[in-house]
Amino acid sequence: MFGDFFSRALIAGIGLALVTGPLGCFVVWRRMAYFGDTMAHSALLGVALSIILSMNMTLGVFAVAALVAGALIVLQKQATLSTDALLGILSHSTLAVGLVLVGFLTTVRIDLMGFLFGDILAVSVDDIVIIYGGGLAILAILIFAWRPLLASTVSPELAEAEGLRPEASRLVLMILMASVIAIAMKLVGVLLITSLLIIPAATARRLSATPEQMAVVAAVLGAVAVVGGLFGSRTWDTASGPSIVVMALIVFLVSLTVPVTRLYGRKAPDGARS
Amino acid sequence: MDALAPKENLITLKNAGVSQGGRTLVSGVDLTIARGEIVTLIGPNGSGKSTTAKMATGVLKPTTGTVTRQPGLKIGYVPQKLSIDWTLPLTVERLMTLTGRFSRSEIDAALEAVGARRLLHAAVQELSGGEFQRVLFARATIRKPDLLVLDEPVQGVDFSGEVALYELVRQIRDTTQSGILMISHDLHVVMAETDTVICLNGHVCCRGTPAAVKRSPEYLRLFGERAAGSLAIYQHHHDHEHHEDGCVVPDGEAHSHEGHRHEGHRHG
Repeated sequence: MFGDFFSRALIAGIGLALVTGPLGCFVVWRRMAYFGDTMAHSALLGVALSIILSMNMTLGVFAVAALVAGALIVLQKQATLSTDALLGILSHSTLAVGLVLVGFLTTVRIDLMGFLFGDILAVSVDDIVIIYGGGLAILAILIFAWRPLLASTVSPELAEAEGLRPEASRLVLMILMASVIAIAMKLVGVLLITSLLIIPAATARRLSATPEQMAVVAAVLGAVAVVGGLFGSRTWDTASGPSIVVMALIVFLVSLTVPVTRLYGRKAPDGARS
Repeated sequence: MDALAPKENLITLKNAGVSQGGRTLVSGVDLTIARGEIVTLIGPNGSGKSTTAKMATGVLKPTTGTVTRQPGLKIGYVPQKLSIDWTLPLTVERLMTLTGRFSRSEIDAALEAVGARRLLHAAVQELSGGEFQRVLFARATIRKPDLLVLDEPVQGVDFSGEVALYELVRQIRDTTQSGILMISHDLHVVMAETDTVICLNGHVCCRGTPAAVKRSPEYLRLFGERAAGSLAIYQHHHDHEHHEDGCVVPDGEAHSHEGHRHEGHRHG
């Protein structure tokens, strides 16, 4: 089944969607969309540095994304510029520095478009191993730390007062996001990674009554977008990464027609026993 | 003082204070909370109420003095303000297990105790202010905490809702015998149930029973004549609610004193 490039793309894409769905829920809940974008944009800098230092590219991208997240935390503590200005600076400057560095690399030919928009059809069996190995690790951590992560999302001060550690939760989420970006970059590219985090989760919101439901629904919807997008790109000969994102968008737009109130519980009438 | 009574102290603060970046947030706080005891912290904004509560719960370490907590002390926390974004789907049932795992029957019992069992399946975003407060009380008490920390528990609740919530606090104290630490801007109803009031303004201004604090010159100096003036207004409610010994500060009074330094205040 790993034989042809199309099945490999399907398997890799579904594996990635199963991770970005649940993790993307936290990105939506914590309003970290722009933050995710910033980390993703820094991935190109990671690529360039990995080549210069001749190190593993996945590790290089992870390290740079994590460093950018750390830099943001440090800069936020200075409290001089607002967070969105800081994100704008980090996001675009890391992307620009990455592009400039890539331009200097005369010895290696780099498929820049591949890094910016991904090349899921070029996925190898090794890539699939990385996606599923890394993906399972990310999901395991997410499930293991679910309760404190969610409690810290609802109210950091409540979580802290009741003995949890919201700062640690924040750090865990940043590391998980850096990991997802590192394994997703090859598939959908640095410019489209956050769409797989945000769109399925945002779509799942209207179809869910609890956080756990939303995580599962987002994973499934992400997989649907991958399958639909890939088949669409084969049928109409369109770029595969953007086709997946377009499919995710279509699913989102369809979900808007579902009335929210029908889907989750309302207060029982006075005096009713549930 | 209670500290001398042979009671089991859940928390003891001795001369405790916090300084951050060269600024003293609060200093010299002595405070004990025993089982079944209600301690209320009052004071203007920025007077160190939250800092003191955070020292008590262990979120902040004191930079001066000591804080000792009973080993394994379990804390239940009712936050001042909790706005849950629409993007996070959360039913009351799920909110109840936010920081710990509880059975359905435990959840039912905790909600029943605050009269909110019919809200079990409701989305938290649909609740009214009063309903949400009750659910947050239930969520904090389901943990069977040794100490319940209530941060401005009646903010944004109307007067009758306020009376009901304080009645709830009393019930929780009576049935669970947990210690209760309350942070409050205003005193007019809670005072009657409180064992010890600690009036803060960067340091402890005055302390004691509600009646004693009400008479203390430091209290009058801190809250000023306007507090005395509004006492009459609330006295009416007090007649109805039978809190004759209630000490009165109007809503928002603390706000108008924001930034005033105790030492520099003219009333005195």
